[in-house]
Amino acid sequence: MITYILRRLILSIPVLLGILFATFALARLIPGDPCRAMLGEKATKVVCDEFNHRHGLDKSIPVQFGVYVSEIAQGDFGNSFRYSKPITELLIERLPTTLELSFASLLISIVIGIPLGVISAVRHNSWVDVVTMMWANVGVSMPVFWLGLMLAYIFALALKDTPFQLPPSGRLTPGIITVPFFETWGMQLSEGTFVFTFSDFISRMNLINALLTANWELFKDALIHLILPAFALSTIPMALIARMTRSSMLEVLGQDYIRTARAKGLVRRTVIMKHAFRNALLPLATVIGLSLGGLLGGAVLTETVFNLSGVGRILYDGITARDYGIVQGFTVVIAIFFVALNLIVDVSYAYLDPRIRLN
Amino acid sequence: MTTQTVSPLKLDSEALSLDSVSLWQITRRRLFRRKSSVVGMIILAILILIALTAQWIAPYDPILSMLDAKPPQDIQRRSSPCIYILGCPQDQPQHIMGTDGNLRDEFSRMLYGARLSLMIGFATVSFAIAIGTVLGALAGYFGGWIDNVIMRIMDVLLAFPSLLLAIAIVTVLGSGLINALLAIGIVSIPAYARVVRGSVLSVREMDYVSASRALGGNTYEILFKRILPNALTPLIVQGTLGIASAILDAAALSFLGLGAQPPTPEWGSMLGSERNQVFTAPHLVFYPGLAIMLTVLAFNLLGDGLRDALDPRLAHMN
Repeated sequence: MITYILRRLILSIPVLLGILFATFALARLIPGDPCRAMLGEKATKVVCDEFNHRHGLDKSIPVQFGVYVSEIAQGDFGNSFRYSKPITELLIERLPTTLELSFASLLISIVIGIPLGVISAVRHNSWVDVVTMMWANVGVSMPVFWLGLMLAYIFALALKDTPFQLPPSGRLTPGIITVPFFETWGMQLSEGTFVFTFSDFISRMNLINALLTANWELFKDALIHLILPAFALSTIPMALIARMTRSSMLEVLGQDYIRTARAKGLVRRTVIMKHAFRNALLPLATVIGLSLGGLLGGAVLTETVFNLSGVGRILYDGITARDYGIVQGFTVVIAIFFVALNLIVDVSYAYLDPRIRLN
Repeated sequence: MTTQTVSPLKLDSEALSLDSVSLWQITRRRLFRRKSSVVGMIILAILILIALTAQWIAPYDPILSMLDAKPPQDIQRRSSPCIYILGCPQDQPQHIMGTDGNLRDEFSRMLYGARLSLMIGFATVSFAIAIGTVLGALAGYFGGWIDNVIMRIMDVLLAFPSLLLAIAIVTVLGSGLINALLAIGIVSIPAYARVVRGSVLSVREMDYVSASRALGGNTYEILFKRILPNALTPLIVQGTLGIASAILDAAALSFLGLGAQPPTPEWGSMLGSERNQVFTAPHLVFYPGLAIMLTVLAFNLLGDGLRDALDPRLAHMN
């Protein structure tokens, strides 16, 4: 197993270098000089010379690439001129929102998608199956931003003053105050330390922070704000998961050992859950892992529609403000995250299926 | 006694028939037998019809504002749909889907949008297939370092979530429909390169290829006449599904303001420019989104149908 993980780690190095090279090239391909692209049109020559020298832009291209790689290795993803802040700092501020949204979406898609897939497979060709598959086809074809806007219209306006009314934007109702859990707990953390940064990061996820501080009003408010965006974002992965579960279950249910299990008189439920479902889970690991990557892309649209201040939203703002620092920095971070995710998927696949790591 | 096939295997009726049937005939029959692919084909046929006849069936100009229309029309910005049979007064000008923020007939813009969406789908996928096929064929046929270099570049492209990479590329190239198409095209190349490479690898060492080589066929002839036709089937399937995701991504880019620019009647851009009016004029958001969904759905249904029809091993699963 360790050999397998090591081999996969080494194999991902060229891809990582490629990503770095691609984002490096991206910044060099921007029309105009990188200084004015990064610092804005109003940057003076003195400022630009200083900027170029500081970032090694006055050196040769291979040296520049070396500098870029070493900066990233030290966790420096560049700066945003719009916010005059390092990308890393923005990431700590904004990533929790996106993570909360992505995980909530993934949770919804798994909790609804898997049972639907299993039922469709077990009741193959029944009305449940037909409806689920029709809905799954519509789900993968749905533009996330349209679904988001329509949900906002239905739940915020059409269902106004009913118990189903939900807020169409933002993370919290104005006036609701969040206190980081470490302050409620009376922890003395000094800024700049790793523990502080980490605690700060965690406390920015409203649901987790509310749970840690037992603030149920905050929890409820954060939850009702999360429902619409999370549901909008979950349609595509939900449809993919339902489809994958169904086809994978159908394949397993046709195997001889399932017939044997039935023939020896096992209860139907045991056969489906213990014999079939466990083996059908394997391909699901891939779909779920890769869905997370898709969720990050979808987050740009969902956060824009629902006005959530996450990574996707800042990327959108970065694009409209021509803040190349943000676009470059966030693209490289997300790509690295995506590669790590693929690695985890592959490793968990190998863990679940010994045939893969032994080959 | 007549000899009957008593094989326990369930064979397709066409496989038992003695008349020679081409793969395409079998595919067509299988395709028409599946309800979902028929639905996909019907939606697609309607869309193509609309796209071809948009200039004749559109009641108004899709780009010109009715502000300067002669005779001047008594119509509000973002007015709701007005249809006679649904109770709209007779003396009002008829706007089946209402008017948009610039006083243009939404219905006419929707019709022209079909033309643009189909063009976007076909253009990006053709571009990606053309480049992906060449790269995949070179990688698969020559192997060695050529294969390594090409496929590692493809791995890097696949390492980005596709929409994000497209966004990054458009940011560099500058917004606009052509640049958005280029970005989506580039992002979709790896899928086709992989499909073609796989097909080439699977037949490269087969006897008929060796025979062709022994007969003195040149590389070009062997690659394009003997090997690549084998990749056609998976390419058609991948291409049809690819059109669906290309249309969806292009609409997303336009929604974000990176693709088609107003006043182009593109569904994503129409939806994006009116998204802040969703509470006051929901029809301006509803119709373009519905159109995008139906178009993408049609290609997805057709792609799934083609995959099952062309690959009978999968047929039992559906």
